[in-house]
Amino acid sequence: MTPFPQVPQAHSASSLFDRGTLFFKPSLGRNLFNAICTSIAGLFATIAVLPLVLVLLYVLVQGGRLITPSLFTQLPPAPGMSGGGIGNAMIGTVVVTLIASLLAIPIGVGGGIYLSEYNRSGWFAQVVRFCNDVLAGVPSIISGVFVYGLIVATRIFFGQSYSAMAGGIALSVLMLPTVIKTTDEGLKLVPQELRWGAFGVGASQVVTILKVVLPAAFTPIATGVVLAIARAAGETAPLIFTALFSPFWPEGIFNPIASMSVLIYNFAIMPYAPQNQLAWAASFVLVAMILAANLFARWIARLNRT
Amino acid sequence: MSSLSTTTATPESLAGAYTLRRRPMSEKLLDGGFRNLTMGLAALVATVLLAILITVFSGAREAIAEFGASFLTSSAWDPVNEKYGAFTAIYGTLVSSFLALLLAVPLGIGTAIFITEDIIPSSLREAIGLMVELLAAIPSVVLGLWAIFVMEPAIRPLLNLSHKLLGWTPLFNTVPQGPGMAPAILILVVMILPIITAIARDALNQVPIELRQGAYGIGTTRWGAIFNIILPAAISAIVGGVMLALGRAMGETMAVTMIIGNALNFNVSLLAPGNTIASMLANQFGEADGIQVSALMYAGLILMLLTFLVNVAAQWIVRKLSLRY
Repeated sequence: MTPFPQVPQAHSASSLFDRGTLFFKPSLGRNLFNAICTSIAGLFATIAVLPLVLVLLYVLVQGGRLITPSLFTQLPPAPGMSGGGIGNAMIGTVVVTLIASLLAIPIGVGGGIYLSEYNRSGWFAQVVRFCNDVLAGVPSIISGVFVYGLIVATRIFFGQSYSAMAGGIALSVLMLPTVIKTTDEGLKLVPQELRWGAFGVGASQVVTILKVVLPAAFTPIATGVVLAIARAAGETAPLIFTALFSPFWPEGIFNPIASMSVLIYNFAIMPYAPQNQLAWAASFVLVAMILAANLFARWIARLNRT
Repeated sequence: MSSLSTTTATPESLAGAYTLRRRPMSEKLLDGGFRNLTMGLAALVATVLLAILITVFSGAREAIAEFGASFLTSSAWDPVNEKYGAFTAIYGTLVSSFLALLLAVPLGIGTAIFITEDIIPSSLREAIGLMVELLAAIPSVVLGLWAIFVMEPAIRPLLNLSHKLLGWTPLFNTVPQGPGMAPAILILVVMILPIITAIARDALNQVPIELRQGAYGIGTTRWGAIFNIILPAAISAIVGGVMLALGRAMGETMAVTMIIGNALNFNVSLLAPGNTIASMLANQFGEADGIQVSALMYAGLILMLLTFLVNVAAQWIVRKLSLRY
């Protein structure tokens, strides 16, 4: 028996081409190039994953060992002193994010309903969509400057300058574009037949939208909203000169309020080790909350796939 | 047919089977009211954008009148003598974001190719994709903390080496001592990498399967197909994503503020402390008063215009350059 891949002679009259070229030769230029490119892409993917692993590792190691009950129940210590906790900052983050959500979610879902249900391609909808995209690209620090100029400097709220309310409004400016976009896109995915069916059984437009279309698009909208809230909870730049910071327990929404992100910023650049430690601990709590929210959003997104 | 005959009814029989009703006034009012309400909420987006522009512009007016166009070219930032120029910050914003892009684009596109082409098992691909997306969720301020205490000390030997080898060029002629432009650029890479990867991944996934089949059918290698067929087909969305990342890098504040050093005087060296518009705002706005606030607002206005131009260009590229299959 001849060995199995019988390579015919190149000059054989019966073959149209050299069948030897059909065999994979790793040493061929293009195959070498292929292997090199694949390794480079793999290396790049490894480098891309590395920061997440390293950041999570350090936050876990540096922050995790400081997690004690007193961390959640005590006020931050005076500069240079050790001990204490981040209780007020945790409450503050919840308060400020809640204010932002209460503003941005109704406005955003309402605006998204208008874009998808009432005016898909008119000039006004085009203008709103363009503005929304521009607003999504506005740097977060600018939203802080905006709220500073509009609310803090003018003392519009009962003569108060820095306040939790101002911080919440600054965050809501950042959340709004995401909520509108996900509502708009989510509602567009709802099949037209569902609307026709609702109209067909005599539902009014409001009932159709609120009872049929909106629930059908719950999954994508909820996913987008949860991601927007998670992003807002970690934002710092809009808060540093709107909500400011406070070493005390929150005193209502018209006074300055502490937040975890601003606490991390303030304590990271202090030259005291105990404060740096608290910054790591706050990072641990913040990152855990945000990653949990992200995984929760992913879980929601999977809900109606099954 | 017999079932059909029962449904073809006369108007008399219909009147008994259905109740015809007019829409009551209240329902019409509710429908119209809800429409106007949502329209008002949609209009609020445009209003907010306009309000941002007006607020920042009116805040900056004093500085615009005082310094005019020389604000862009002067690098003086002197609160004592009230002389302000934003050249250092504008230069820092542009240099840091462009250099970050230069590093992040190959990394991001390479990663996207690695997790869209059939190189590794799909479970591994999804895991890498998930990790890159979670990286985008880490708050900027936490990355800044990490940059101060972990990344910067870790890369210091590398920066020292670059100073030793390339110290004769102006870009590396200062001794690295902690915060500076180079670590800020690296942390920016970490921050924009997920955006580029996510958008490039979506774009590559949307390339029609027929294009790949055709390319492999005529006997090309995987990377032959990627470079000649798949990347060109996805290039408009990828470039759009890169532009979006550029806009994000320009406006990125916290991590950069914490690691760039916030220098007030101009230095071309990448190893020296620098400044960006965003970090200058974060650092000084709280304590500023008088014309310094106005000068900061002026800088903020410039930052807004820069990011606006970049974002509009990104949208235009995606719309105009996309291939039609």
